Amino acid sequence: MTRTPRTKRRPRVTVAEVVLYAFAVLFLIAIIYPIYFIVIASFSDPSSVANGQVWVFPKGFTLEGYRELLRHENIWIGYRNTILYTVVGTLFGLVVNISAAYALSRKDLVGRKFFSLFFIFTMFFSGGLIPTFLTIRDFHLYNTFLVMVLPFSVVVFDMIVARTFFQTSIPGDLWEAAQIDGCGNLRYFVLIVLPLSKAIIAVLGLWIAVGYWNSYFNALIYLKDPNLYPLQLILRNILITNQMQSGMGTGEAAQVALRLANLMRYSVIIIATIPIMCVYPFIQKYFNQGVMIGAVKE
Amino acid sequence: MRTNPLYIGRTLERIRRNWGLYVLLFPAVLLTLLFAYKPMYGVLIAFKDYSPALGIGDSPWAGFKYFEKFFHSYQFTNTIRNTLVISLYSLATFPIPIMLALLVNQMRAGRFKRLFQTVSYMPHFISTVVMVGLMLILFSPSTGLVGNMYQLFGAQAPDLMGSSALFSSVYVWSDVWQHVGWDSIIYIAALSAVDPSLYEAATVDGASRWHKVRYIDIPMLLPTAITLLILRVGGLLGVGFEKVYLMQNDLNILSSEILSTYVYKIGLLSSQYSFSSAINLFNTVINFILLILVNQLSKKYSENSLW
Repeated sequence: MTRTPRTKRRPRVTVAEVVLYAFAVLFLIAIIYPIYFIVIASFSDPSSVANGQVWVFPKGFTLEGYRELLRHENIWIGYRNTILYTVVGTLFGLVVNISAAYALSRKDLVGRKFFSLFFIFTMFFSGGLIPTFLTIRDFHLYNTFLVMVLPFSVVVFDMIVARTFFQTSIPGDLWEAAQIDGCGNLRYFVLIVLPLSKAIIAVLGLWIAVGYWNSYFNALIYLKDPNLYPLQLILRNILITNQMQSGMGTGEAAQVALRLANLMRYSVIIIATIPIMCVYPFIQKYFNQGVMIGAVKE
Repeated sequence: MRTNPLYIGRTLERIRRNWGLYVLLFPAVLLTLLFAYKPMYGVLIAFKDYSPALGIGDSPWAGFKYFEKFFHSYQFTNTIRNTLVISLYSLATFPIPIMLALLVNQMRAGRFKRLFQTVSYMPHFISTVVMVGLMLILFSPSTGLVGNMYQLFGAQAPDLMGSSALFSSVYVWSDVWQHVGWDSIIYIAALSAVDPSLYEAATVDGASRWHKVRYIDIPMLLPTAITLLILRVGGLLGVGFEKVYLMQNDLNILSSEILSTYVYKIGLLSSQYSFSSAINLFNTVINFILLILVNQLSKKYSENSLW
């Protein structure tokens, strides 16, 4: 930010600019520091953290928290389940939403308006928690793998964004030409439209994947078997529900257990968040594109 | 004219020719019917004494019994007040992403600007569970970061997570922290669409930086802002279940019980299906009315509307 381009005309930095960048730097610190603190705390001696001796660098370096995690079988079961739900859910969600969005983008689709309304209505009105729960139970999906990916795969907002993308980025002449060459709708969609739509596929794919990676509500309601629990539900037990449980017992052993539990909380946050944080910078440019498309809704 | 057999014939022909499109549409339509529209029929149980053995259709009618039960319960004013406080408070933070976008727009393109954006929307990717876990850890008055900061100045930190009075503030501002960068993207995108010649013309006319923000940028953002505002108001009573539920504890329950958490507890934890559905329906209807109202107002005064 201090390296202004060395042209003759604009090296002058105004007061307004100084204020602007000072504010921006403060803002950055406010965002980054809590996250950074969790990282260094996960490598530090828990009592140093509790006593307020950890500020900039880890103190009393230790990997004990991560070692404790390795012993925690539930976390790895949750990890595995979340990866499964995310991969299957994302692929399925992409197929369902993108293909419907493409159909809706075609002006020559008879009943286009009706179908659009059919989907959009569900954004504003729904059966609510209990009727949805009863429906899912009636379909025998309660406490199954499928309940995590099937019922909630249609995301109307994503569909609208994709529809707008197809309307604005795929020229209608292309279809005319393909038609003359005797190409049907399905072949045209798979062979011509999809290869031209990498940007929107990347955006929706990541949106959906982040959603699955982070979701816990559906698991909380529709799953009973701990072997099906996604990571977030396990995390909830470690981070929020059982706050004090490891404090049982007496004396020094309990103290040690409590300290370890605290330390593990830092490490578990790190390992649960790292995958998402790693992916997104690479797809960031698509992300911006996607949001811009979303902005031109309708 | 519409019933002209020739017209119908032509429409059928058009459908037949594009049968492939209906194949593409089919999975989404089927899933929506099964998992969105079928439960809507289930809303009927709000007006019935639902018994699982009889099913929705055969359970006896109860009229408005469950609605009255809710209106007369002591949780009625409490949950509605809490829901309103939290959502109006969130609504008040609505301009913050806009301000951030205006700020980013003032930066010179370059590495810092890119870094700023990347960092500012990073927290958006933290899951709700981790976010609340983070808050519990950091806000702990005895061992957390905030507690330690207070200790530096020899003061005792407030118990942010265990205070009824502070609940809405903690909820709203942690949300701002997490999503402000992300929410600003859409405004940054809108600003990047501003024709540069507008700025040049303004410079020639002697406009200051502030003038340009005031007379070019802000008017540019208004349509986007109003659309988003309508959507937000439409969901005013629909404050998210997830974060509030995770943040709830015995100490803050007085101001943290909102409609959606109450629906969950009544319905799934104590199995009063009909009662829970009635509360939920009440909530949905009010949302719907609000949305239509705001949309009409906006149509009348500003030409922006959702439909």
